[in-house]
Amino acid sequence: MITVASLTRTYGAFTAVDDITFTAEAGRVTGFLGPNGAGKSTTMRIMVGLTPATSGTAHINGQRFSDLPNPGLEVGVLLDASAQHAGRTGREILTVAQRMMGLPARRVDEMLELVSLTPDEAGRRVRHYSLGMRQRLGIATALLGDPGVLILDEPANGLDPAGIRWMRDLLRGYADQGGTVLLSSHLLHEIEVIADDLVVIGQGRIVAQGTKAELLRAAGTLVRTHDAPRLATALTASGLSVVPSTTTGGTDALRVDADPELVGKVAQQAGIALAELRAADGAGLEEMFLELTADTQREGAVA
Amino acid sequence: MTTTTLAPAAGRTGTPKPAPSPIPLSRITAVELRKSFDTRSGFWLLASIGITAVLATGAVLLWAPDSELTYDTFAAAIGFPMAVILPMIAVLSVTSEWSQRSGLTTFTLVPHRSRVILAKALVAIGVGVASMLLAFGIGAIGNIAGSAIAGVPTVWDDGFGVLGYIVLGNVLGLLVGFMLGTVIRNSAGAIVAYFVYSFVLPTLSMLLANGQQWFRDLQPWIDFNFAQGQLFNGSMSGEQWAHLGVAGTIWLVAPLAVGLAMLMRSEVK
Repeated sequence: MITVASLTRTYGAFTAVDDITFTAEAGRVTGFLGPNGAGKSTTMRIMVGLTPATSGTAHINGQRFSDLPNPGLEVGVLLDASAQHAGRTGREILTVAQRMMGLPARRVDEMLELVSLTPDEAGRRVRHYSLGMRQRLGIATALLGDPGVLILDEPANGLDPAGIRWMRDLLRGYADQGGTVLLSSHLLHEIEVIADDLVVIGQGRIVAQGTKAELLRAAGTLVRTHDAPRLATALTASGLSVVPSTTTGGTDALRVDADPELVGKVAQQAGIALAELRAADGAGLEEMFLELTADTQREGAVA
Repeated sequence: MTTTTLAPAAGRTGTPKPAPSPIPLSRITAVELRKSFDTRSGFWLLASIGITAVLATGAVLLWAPDSELTYDTFAAAIGFPMAVILPMIAVLSVTSEWSQRSGLTTFTLVPHRSRVILAKALVAIGVGVASMLLAFGIGAIGNIAGSAIAGVPTVWDDGFGVLGYIVLGNVLGLLVGFMLGTVIRNSAGAIVAYFVYSFVLPTLSMLLANGQQWFRDLQPWIDFNFAQGQLFNGSMSGEQWAHLGVAGTIWLVAPLAVGLAMLMRSEVK
């Protein structure tokens, strides 16, 4: 279990991580979601003691990371698959970690087999590795000590579709056996398929958190009509909260904070024909996420 | 690449594993020693100690006049490349964690950075002393071979005391490299700084001492290179030890303390 309480990290006037509090539970996959530069990596680096916190605490199984006697046996960490000495072979990187943790040498071969790196690939120097192979090696390093907690920063980066599928199954199995998995991503769809719980972060702050089911349920109703402004007026008049939705790619959709039946009744009373009416199923989450991204992305407006 | 699924690791939910025991310093040191050999650059850097010692011995055999074929000549010839290579080994042992970013793994496996740095220092000093002993051995073989070839008596003009001073001098040079590594934490920057430290600063100091009387009296106390140089002259007076202590505090101990303090607090990215 990972417990983060009021964690803050500032760089001069810039607040990279702003009063973050959340818990990643054992037996569950917690997705840490946010656009690039939202503070995910900084938060993860603070958790494992690589970056000092300005204030607040992070605990792993109730202990500070630096108080763990042999952290590799309790927490598997993958922050950046490219952060390895390019001149070492894959096998040597695992061997160095295996010796540091005081594990039997056979763990290295077991892990290489687990992440499907062939003996030939393991004997190559890491500078010749593709990003996908580096990710596999990084995951092997993280799993080496058979830890109960995994902290993985963008582990799916660079993996091919089969690799992503493989990793999803691996992390799912891990959590099902009671492990704690925290993984970050800037891709909503990637994390939606694996996470049980979500923590959404933007500009250093948590903007939403809860179980995936809760966050998706909170999304309300998606409704499309050719006369969206009139419907919006009618819904607002009935006391419902309405926002234009961009998820369908057009301008004729609205997202309403109510269940579909109520929206249908209001439309009927106002005499407006609907083109589509359904539960929004994560549309709200996606829009929130797009808004977050829009604030920081370079292209300006969201499509 | 084929894909496999995770073999079930039993008991993650069940009984908790017994509390792991702390990582002993001996293990960290052994791993750090391994890390100084296991890359191509690290391997050749270490190999170059033996190679340059052999080359330097060969050069003395070929070109030194017969009257100079004494152990001191061999020791001095071998000592020169040593004085450059050993500090580089010390610099890289620290900076590669940042320049190659392997520190992300190193400092999560051992979150107490002071223990990792201590282990690195022990390895650097150990490699330094071992290299010097190897070099002395190669020099001794050269001395025996050289005098036999030239038909002159074998002269052992450096006693163990003198050799001890040379080892100490080289270990201090190596620690300067280590210090610059901790302060700068970038391979290229620290190597450049080392050459400024050991070649540019002494020249400036010498020029200043030649022109200014007040500095000439002060130089032995504040010029670390000057104070170190006295070690290589084969005998040390009490005052010279004091010079070494004062200059070493200014140029080695103080900046090392600052560098370590910064390193403990810095971010590893």
